[in-house]
Amino acid sequence: MAKCLIITGYGLNCERETQAAFEHCGAQVSLLHFNQLLARPETLQEHDILTFIGGFSFGDHLGAGVAFANKVRHQLGEALDSYVAGGRLVLGICNGMQVITRLGLLPASDGQTGEPQAAMARNDNDRFRDDWVTVRANPESPCVFTRGLDSLALPIRHGEGKFTVASQDVLDRIIAQGQICLQYCDPESGEPTEEFPDNPNGSPLGIAGVCDPTGRILGMMPHPEAYLSPYNHPHWTRQKLNGVLPAEGLGVAIFRNAVDFVG
Amino acid sequence: MYHRLQVSPKTGVRDARGEETQERIQRYLGISTDRVQVRDVYSLFADLTADQAAEIATCCSNPVLQTTESTDVSFDWLIAVGYLPGVTDNVSRTLRRVIRDAIGRPLREDEEVYSSVEYLISGPGLSRESVATMATDLLANALIQSVAIRNASEWREQGPHQNRPRYDASDVEEGASVEIDLTGDDAQLQAISDKNTLALTLAEMKAIRDYFSGQKSERRALDLPTNPTDCELEILAQTWSEHCKHKIFDAIIHYRDDAGNEQTVDGCFPTFIRAATFEIGEDIDWLVSVFHDNAGVVRFNDTLNLVYKAETHNSPSALDPYGGAMTGIVGVNRDPMGTGLGADLTLNVWGYCFGSPATPAEDVPESLFHPARLRDCVHHGVIDGGNQSGIPYAIGWEYFDPRYLGKPLVFCGTVGTLPRTINGQASEDKSILPGDFVVMAGGQIGKDGIHGATFSSEELHGSSPSQAVQIGDPITQKMLADFLYVARDRGLFRFITDNGAGGLSSSIGEMATQCGGACLELSNAPLKYVGLRPWEILLSEAQERMSFAVPPEDWDELKALADSYEVEISNIGVFTDDGWFDIRYEDERIARIELEFMHKGYPRLEIPAVWAPPQHDEPTTLDQDPSQALLDLLARDNITSGETHARQYDHEVKGLSVIKPYVGIDNNVASDAVVSMLEPLTTEGVILAAAVLPRYSDIDTYHMTASVIDLAVRRTIAVGGEMGRIAGLDNFCWPDPVESPKTPDGAYKAAQLVRSNQALYDYCKAYGVPCISGKDSMKNDSTRGGRKISIPPTLLFSTITPMADITRSVTLDVKRARDLVYVVGATLPELGGSEYLAMQGYTGNAVPKVDADEAIRTYQAMAKATAAGLCRSIHTPALGGLAVALAKSAIGGQLGIEADLSLVPTAGDLDLNGLLFSETNSRFVVTVCPDNWQKFEALFEADQAVACIGKVTRDPALVLHHRGSPEVELNLAELTAAYTRGPEA
Repeated sequence: MAKCLIITGYGLNCERETQAAFEHCGAQVSLLHFNQLLARPETLQEHDILTFIGGFSFGDHLGAGVAFANKVRHQLGEALDSYVAGGRLVLGICNGMQVITRLGLLPASDGQTGEPQAAMARNDNDRFRDDWVTVRANPESPCVFTRGLDSLALPIRHGEGKFTVASQDVLDRIIAQGQICLQYCDPESGEPTEEFPDNPNGSPLGIAGVCDPTGRILGMMPHPEAYLSPYNHPHWTRQKLNGVLPAEGLGVAIFRNAVDFVG
Repeated sequence: MYHRLQVSPKTGVRDARGEETQERIQRYLGISTDRVQVRDVYSLFADLTADQAAEIATCCSNPVLQTTESTDVSFDWLIAVGYLPGVTDNVSRTLRRVIRDAIGRPLREDEEVYSSVEYLISGPGLSRESVATMATDLLANALIQSVAIRNASEWREQGPHQNRPRYDASDVEEGASVEIDLTGDDAQLQAISDKNTLALTLAEMKAIRDYFSGQKSERRALDLPTNPTDCELEILAQTWSEHCKHKIFDAIIHYRDDAGNEQTVDGCFPTFIRAATFEIGEDIDWLVSVFHDNAGVVRFNDTLNLVYKAETHNSPSALDPYGGAMTGIVGVNRDPMGTGLGADLTLNVWGYCFGSPATPAEDVPESLFHPARLRDCVHHGVIDGGNQSGIPYAIGWEYFDPRYLGKPLVFCGTVGTLPRTINGQASEDKSILPGDFVVMAGGQIGKDGIHGATFSSEELHGSSPSQAVQIGDPITQKMLADFLYVARDRGLFRFITDNGAGGLSSSIGEMATQCGGACLELSNAPLKYVGLRPWEILLSEAQERMSFAVPPEDWDELKALADSYEVEISNIGVFTDDGWFDIRYEDERIARIELEFMHKGYPRLEIPAVWAPPQHDEPTTLDQDPSQALLDLLARDNITSGETHARQYDHEVKGLSVIKPYVGIDNNVASDAVVSMLEPLTTEGVILAAAVLPRYSDIDTYHMTASVIDLAVRRTIAVGGEMGRIAGLDNFCWPDPVESPKTPDGAYKAAQLVRSNQALYDYCKAYGVPCISGKDSMKNDSTRGGRKISIPPTLLFSTITPMADITRSVTLDVKRARDLVYVVGATLPELGGSEYLAMQGYTGNAVPKVDADEAIRTYQAMAKATAAGLCRSIHTPALGGLAVALAKSAIGGQLGIEADLSLVPTAGDLDLNGLLFSETNSRFVVTVCPDNWQKFEALFEADQAVACIGKVTRDPALVLHHRGSPEVELNLAELTAAYTRGPEA
């Protein structure tokens, strides 16, 4: 059975729905406060999927994810390095994506994970936004989590979600390596967009999710754990009337892919 | 040693914060600038090596986006905004944690960290005066923040401004307490109350004087002064404040109506609100805990109970809109957290009453915020507070009226869930045994919020104390919450409550009544800085604190758990059963008051109330084109979509949202009510609805109250709810109703209060909707520059209703062309107090009334219709009447509606304006599949008012005929544009 570890504390807050998502897909979930994990860092190696969940670690003071990423780097760095080196999965959602890019786990386009090569900047309009967007999965991507996905609606809610690279080289490499696994797109045309509000933050190429070159580490700004029930979708009453209400929320697939991969 | 750490956007990275600031300077102040850049500055006064300082710089910035180099940027003016000494600085709190991780040791207490923001402004012809305006009118609040302004040459000569708001404790009085002499005359007694923001009346001051003079010998033996100490007087002022004791709702009111009938009301709360709930409670089995805990508790299902509380935070929000409003939401979060053994937080709600954002600047009373800025800051405060806490917002609303200029109303509420049993014990029950430790956990105590309870019990005036404002820290509170649920499930405390108004004095003072006494040692309480007087430690409303009663044998485990969650916790005393509230500082006794006197010793208020119905002018001719009138109404502040602001609130965290605050194809039409699951992947949920109709109070608060109750109930029905499980919350916000030279019309305002309560009793009883919790805020007046503004009497009625099957929910947007459009419920000529008449400059007199029996029949039939899945859309008309309701349903579905108004069921004489815009209660606009019309109509009895008035059309237009001619013809694009136009910022 897939064993999933969810780190909590310091203002992170999506633990319950993320736990529900993995359990719904048949995984065994441990919720551990960061300090409980620090007390036994070797616990990390007993898990297959590590999730950095959404929330507001340290209130996003000093920038989203910055303070928590530094805590992880200073206090859990070695254990995390050996976990990642073991080829296991890492998922970062929203604040989690902000944390793992600051840690340099993503995009690691040259295979090096030390220095950050990208960051999640403030949304172009400098405002937090809650909305549902359409994202498209990249069939060419090595990403484990998005395998077999087409386009799907997911909620977003963030103020700092604009994917920003340290250099053009990084962008070129992540494109070439299929690391851009999820893109905001125009729901009508299905094409990636940089236009507000379909793209809520101004991310170039509509980048909504990025994986590392191996496809085993995923960071994404939309919240798949907030679309587990078909009744989460803003138009479910219409979908029901039209006979197209899915049996489960479309966010589930991302977790199922991960669980099946390690399973 | 001083280290200035400067974090700026890196060259080439978009400075979104700078651009937004530039845009706001233009929008709010009309000042054009070429460029605004924003950077963060952290001032460290600490023993750090150069390497350590460099590591800290790395840790508090993002190298891809930011630089910590002192780059040479050009600017004309620089504004540095920091906090004043003693004001909560959440960023510096996080920074101290980051530094601890970075250098491997915590900073010492004498090492200081401060955050500030620097705005670098470029533009031709900017004067020092206009830059100062930017600082004082937009970027900083002088009440809590410091401002330093430099132009480019001053910056070059003087270098950076050093931000060091150290709290100076040098002028603190000696001694743990001082005696307050109460032997003077009446004028002196009143002066003592006024000077110290005690908000005590002369009668109350005399009661205190007499109490202490009766205890001389006993006090002498205990080394206490004959007169009360400052601490004792402060405890009594806080405990007896209107905010804490609700003296007006408990007052004896001598009421006389317009027919000369007299009635003595022995307290509005017991007579009307509590009586209705208890009488309803005799017939239902789902009330679990009402009125006595921090929030009301009702049954949800076999495993969970529901907890709900709403509050206002008006006075602090008037002074510091961002911090005050944030404290409003994180403060009300602590009510469910402190209910029973501690409820999990599930949903937040918000609602605000403001002056119009378009108010001309000269109409804003002196030294008050312009409503546009106030509104912006209130939104941001509540957004940050709730979003950072990870609690989704369910409902939100805004209401605008010029009379909220003097005092805005900021309502915040929170729904929680409580497992029905915790460790085998009913979770709503809690107790305290003598010998239990008095324990406080969460934030440290500072001067923030001193006198909050008493200050908010006064009207707002120019010298209202700045210390009364608290700033919330959602992250400290989230960490406290993470800890307390683990402690709860391990059974490590016997009793929990929150620290809100009145601080420890209030929370421990109330807890002490559970067992019969408490003895505190205030020197054990953790302080933010030295220099607090002991009474200030007791009264401080510093946020993020909960109080516990902890069995001595559990203390060590609780302390260890708190340490592992990085939550500060202190043992500050012991509960007793000797009948006394006994306060010490470093072993010296500074207060000793009998609990009986503390909680019941104040003289009861008696006030007159005289009802004389007002007569307003009736409009003579209303000849505005009905199509134009509808467009104008849709764009009114009180009707318009408001989606742009609402999207900054997180509605989706926890993944439970089912019917969202905004619905329709473009998700931009305000829903009647919201539906949410309570646990992931379930189909059970709750419906939340709310209503305010302050303008109806101008005619009669009885019908205002009947109407808000009806509106909240019918909104519940509109999304698929049913009668029988609806619970209510009442939040009264009133102007001062006590007759005095300052309030010559007090007897009228008191009569408005009585009439409102009479209606609350009548309609809650009729509908079977018990109020499970409530709150009142009774001094919503402002006197500035010789001008007094009183708010219109405002009652927020909120409901919470369990829903067994959320998959039956219905939204208001029309779904398919050719569906039949029904109007359910009769329309009456009731334009009085309507949005339509207000737009024409009138109030009128024919205020909407409620026929409860008829309404209940309608709601029961509608509930059957939704249970049978017969309604494709349901919307209930409110402001703007039937016309606005039809328009919103069409906008939501992006389809047209063609209907004949002559078919609308009516009672009484109605002209076209009445048909379109009358705000008659208890009505619905429903669309039904043509195949189902017989089944739908069969649910109603022959004498019920139901009629098919038209159909949904593919033609994207709203076409309303009346007596054969098309009176309203508007296309969807026009309607949508009007509805989504404003007021945005």
